[in-house]
Amino acid sequence: MNASTGAGGGAAVRPKAITGVAADSSAPESGARTIWRRFARHRLAVAGLIVTALLILTAILAPYLTPHSPYAVTASFSAAPSADHWLGTDPVGRDVLSRLIAASRVSLLVGFSTVALYMTFGTLVGLISGYAGGWLDSAVMRITDMFMAFPFLMVILVVVSALGAGLSTLIWVLALFSWPAVARLVRSSVLSIKRLDYVRAGVALGLGTPRILFGHILPNALGPIIVNATFGVASAIVSEAGLSFLGMGVQPPTASWGNMLTDAQSLTVLTEQPWLWVPAGSMLLVTVLAINFVGDGLRDALDPKQ
Amino acid sequence: MNPNIQATNRTELPEAPLLRVENLKTYYPLRRGTFGRAAGFVRAVDGVSLDVYRGETMGIVGESGCGKSTLGRTILRLEPSREGRIYLGGEEIASYSQRRMRPLRPRMQMIFQDPFASLNPRKTVRDLLAEPPIAHGLADRRSVQSRVGRLLEWVGLPKTALDRYPHEFSGGQRQRIGIARALSLEPELIVCDEPVSALDVSVQAQILNLLKDLQEELKLTCLFIAHGLGAVSYLSSRVAVMYLGKIVEIGPKEDLIGRPLHPYTRLLWNSNPVSDPRLRERDRTLPAGDPPSPANPPPGCRFHPRCPYASRKCREEEPPLAGGRHAVACHYPLD
Repeated sequence: MNASTGAGGGAAVRPKAITGVAADSSAPESGARTIWRRFARHRLAVAGLIVTALLILTAILAPYLTPHSPYAVTASFSAAPSADHWLGTDPVGRDVLSRLIAASRVSLLVGFSTVALYMTFGTLVGLISGYAGGWLDSAVMRITDMFMAFPFLMVILVVVSALGAGLSTLIWVLALFSWPAVARLVRSSVLSIKRLDYVRAGVALGLGTPRILFGHILPNALGPIIVNATFGVASAIVSEAGLSFLGMGVQPPTASWGNMLTDAQSLTVLTEQPWLWVPAGSMLLVTVLAINFVGDGLRDALDPKQ
Repeated sequence: MNPNIQATNRTELPEAPLLRVENLKTYYPLRRGTFGRAAGFVRAVDGVSLDVYRGETMGIVGESGCGKSTLGRTILRLEPSREGRIYLGGEEIASYSQRRMRPLRPRMQMIFQDPFASLNPRKTVRDLLAEPPIAHGLADRRSVQSRVGRLLEWVGLPKTALDRYPHEFSGGQRQRIGIARALSLEPELIVCDEPVSALDVSVQAQILNLLKDLQEELKLTCLFIAHGLGAVSYLSSRVAVMYLGKIVEIGPKEDLIGRPLHPYTRLLWNSNPVSDPRLRERDRTLPAGDPPSPANPPPGCRFHPRCPYASRKCREEEPPLAGGRHAVACHYPLD
């Protein structure tokens, strides 16, 4: 914490003890402002934020931006880019650009909802486990160990083939295997924060446990959680793409960057029809990089040691 | 503890004590190995008994590590006690669960040592002071505002402080906020855990004066913990000296300062720094040294390894705390 900013200094010796020590008049910088100022120092992070914002906008406005219907089949299969189909058509004859735009919805939906799901659960588990301590904490930590020891990809393949592939299955499965890391992260922050005097003060003041957990501990543990969530979005998008590429994720005809890349499994496509995979691959790359840059920027901006 | 002391105390001060502590022990297990079996205990508080009466301030002094802060925290049920009883206004609270403690919390509060660690950095002063009364249903969101304003006035902070965050204040100002927060529930008992030792010397006096004024205005009962004599003698009416988890001497402030009976009390007084070199003539017969580990206290009198008067009896037999209003735990009290 930066003690020297704000209304320090003026305290020194005053004639009478109970005269108030006036805080200085200049408006202090709020917490959010400081974080933004630090974040803005990172060029890449700001660029990442802009790109991410554009992507979110694209995903929201997707139905209005697509030049063709992403599902409409035309007579030209795997056609090279032209004036009508800027990025060509796929082997079924659908417009690649339209599918690319529609797929941004799927990717971001998977990214954000997976993260929202497992962050909420993981944070809750970590808070309770870390604060309660004792046998409950040990039990919860052994459960997270078990989850983390599972060969993640294999279990996903099994679950997907058992339950059937689909968007919601994908989200739930990814969330199922991601919460333990968050629970551990949150728990470790809680363990250090709960020893601090302001938490003991909360106990001494007789505040209820939910008030202490959500009003005093969680806000002070939020930094690492936010950073982790940002990276989590990028990694969920990559996982979705990977599973869709293997045919275990989003099923055609729904477009996803991952299943658009499936076409690149053929050598002819890879060498002679780059419009079938370069756009989807690039979007994936740009999205993940942009979100990771935002995460890097946030991590530095939220680091109290800076 | 010798029952006579309590008897004498009660005859002289007829009312029942607000706080009574009986044979209180707080041990911390020393864990070893994978499964964390307790391999021993740090005996931070090892059988402390004392009474604090309404309106008085009891000072607790001792070196770092003597268990005085742990004593304060155990009385507030922030640390689990191993043995002993704590009575708050006649109600035995050492056996209470944290849930059962909650409605009693407003009756006793704490002022913490480090004003930089004891205030949640994410809450404004308004929130810090309004939350406790709201949580206890003593006020609603609207009526709490006048209460918060009055608290600020009491501790001498301007109204403009309300919507600022703790990091915008200096140490002394933050301690004022901490004091206001402790007062927000209008407690009967306040445990002050070295409230000025983390502050600049120039600010210490301000905070001590503030505490003294508040004490008189609000008729507070305090347990004032400090490692030095200065602050304690300014605020306390009675003083207890702790050494390795035990009270070695307890009595009215004037007696303890004017006529210390325990060699350790004298050592403590003598180690108080004196600014005037001409006043520095003093008894140097007592070695300073460090206290032994509370995990492995010496047998007999705990002070004997450092005591110049130690005899064989001191090494073998632990002296009980004995005497009237001015009690001492020593086989050969000074006088």
